[in-house]
Amino acid sequence: MDIVVLVKHVPDATADRTFSGADHTTDRAGVDGLLSELDEYAVEEALKLVDAHGGEVTVLTMGPEQALDAVRKALQMGAAAGVHVVDDALHGSDALATSLVLAKALDKIGAYDMVLTGMASTDGGMSVVPAMLAERLGVPHLGFAAEVGVEGSTVRIRRDGDSATETVEGSLPAVVAVTDQINEPRYPSFKGIMAAKKKPVQTWTLADLGVDVAQVGLSAAWTAVESVTARPPRSAGEVVTDEGDGGAKLAEFLAARKFV
Amino acid sequence: MGEVLVLVDHVGGAVRKPTLELLTIARRLGEPAAVYCGASGADKAVDSLGRYGATKVYVAEDSAFDDYLVAPKAEALAAAARAVEPVAVLVASTPEGKEVAARVAVRLGSGIITDAVDVAADGSTTQSVFAGNFAVTAKVTTGIPVVTVKPNSATPELAETTPAVEPLAVEVSDAARSARIVDRQPRRSTGRPELTEASVVVSGGRGTGGDFSAVEELADALGGAVGASRAAVDSGWYPHAFQVGQTGKTVSPQLYVAAGISGAIQHRAGMQTSKTIVAVNKDREAPIFAMVDFGVVGDLSSVLPQATEEIRKRQG
Repeated sequence: MDIVVLVKHVPDATADRTFSGADHTTDRAGVDGLLSELDEYAVEEALKLVDAHGGEVTVLTMGPEQALDAVRKALQMGAAAGVHVVDDALHGSDALATSLVLAKALDKIGAYDMVLTGMASTDGGMSVVPAMLAERLGVPHLGFAAEVGVEGSTVRIRRDGDSATETVEGSLPAVVAVTDQINEPRYPSFKGIMAAKKKPVQTWTLADLGVDVAQVGLSAAWTAVESVTARPPRSAGEVVTDEGDGGAKLAEFLAARKFV
Repeated sequence: MGEVLVLVDHVGGAVRKPTLELLTIARRLGEPAAVYCGASGADKAVDSLGRYGATKVYVAEDSAFDDYLVAPKAEALAAAARAVEPVAVLVASTPEGKEVAARVAVRLGSGIITDAVDVAADGSTTQSVFAGNFAVTAKVTTGIPVVTVKPNSATPELAETTPAVEPLAVEVSDAARSARIVDRQPRRSTGRPELTEASVVVSGGRGTGGDFSAVEELADALGGAVGASRAAVDSGWYPHAFQVGQTGKTVSPQLYVAAGISGAIQHRAGMQTSKTIVAVNKDREAPIFAMVDFGVVGDLSSVLPQATEEIRKRQG
């Protein structure tokens, strides 16, 4: 069972993330980037599934040059091969263009039984690309999976929704998006880090995928940012130390604000 | 004025509050028209949709909506949008809502904006990004705008109407029947308001040591919902459905009480837009104290019960 894991290189969420200049795109150069934390769960789940069922894990990313770091991290964790779609024309692409490019890349990879993704990126966080991909590829999408099992050509997931816990089945190939509840991602071992250096990574441009540059990038985006405003940081209010009356003081504050 | 399509989020015909908020927002943009997809229950839904200003309800009743995941709803909503050519399509920003919206955007060839916290009359949206540190205004520039709106982005306003009910003929395709729901276990009701809809949320974290009783009792005294930090959920102390933060729910209540929560960026991302923030934590250096309106440095196991008792006393 061959699995393609989609990964994204994102600005570190614990750093001061911001936007770059006039085009209001995410500043990917001024802040250290890393493999989106939520994608580690997808990599881990893919490795577990091929351990149990055989096959290989390929990681696929689209992004600027430094996005290769996200592929490297997944290779260190144990993925067998990487694909990096990189092209200057991709800068500013929206989710629709991203899903188009990834669908073309998956077509070029060809044989796969499952596409695994995280539940969202930690930067844009739209969490729409997996469903868009499934729509484009014409395969089932099983999103928000907290548990994934495979039996023959059927994938079965558990998802914990607002009103119910559901068990959902689909036939392979399928796109499966997993939550951070599904597993505990491994850390790359020293051996894994050394082995990753020899693993193959292919670099594809839009021309390699047969995607017209007019279909991607900021100018082709179907949404436009009008303004970006930094919110003033919240200023700290009164902080008291409990001297046996902390609870009473808290109640007093809540009453003064009409919450009681 | 053109129609604004609102996808109805419901459980067996009982309309959930975020849908009523969407109807209120839709009235700024045009004529609110609801799209109901369900195996049954439309009659019940039409009543409450009419009370909140839906002038029309398109009804698609088919067992496929209950038996299969999301895709049949996306087909029905896209079909309605093609037929009506609305000013915009509004969907609640839930995991299911975002998936429907994503598929509809691909089908319609439309731009999509997710997680809006406000939508203006001209269709311009506001989003809160990077853990709430930036406000971004944006607009869909191509196709019928598809916008998902976060719960609590508007207060539902009553606007009694008798909606015109129009059946929506839907042929659910085989492709949309590819993810089949084989089992559904409804969540047991806690009797508390739903987390994303509540106007008061009391959350517990690592500092509870696994005992959420003081957190629950304060929430009940305030008529609020209970939330939990990722640390508490990862420790198995509280179910994931109650997690507040980047990988859980985003809440924006009038009052947020963080008990025994240090306030890591991942948690702040889920509650930073709360109107009033209160924290109780043993560690004076916890980052949560930098953003509170009121804070108590102390042990939550004594501070919360005292506060609860005092609140109950004042309530008489």
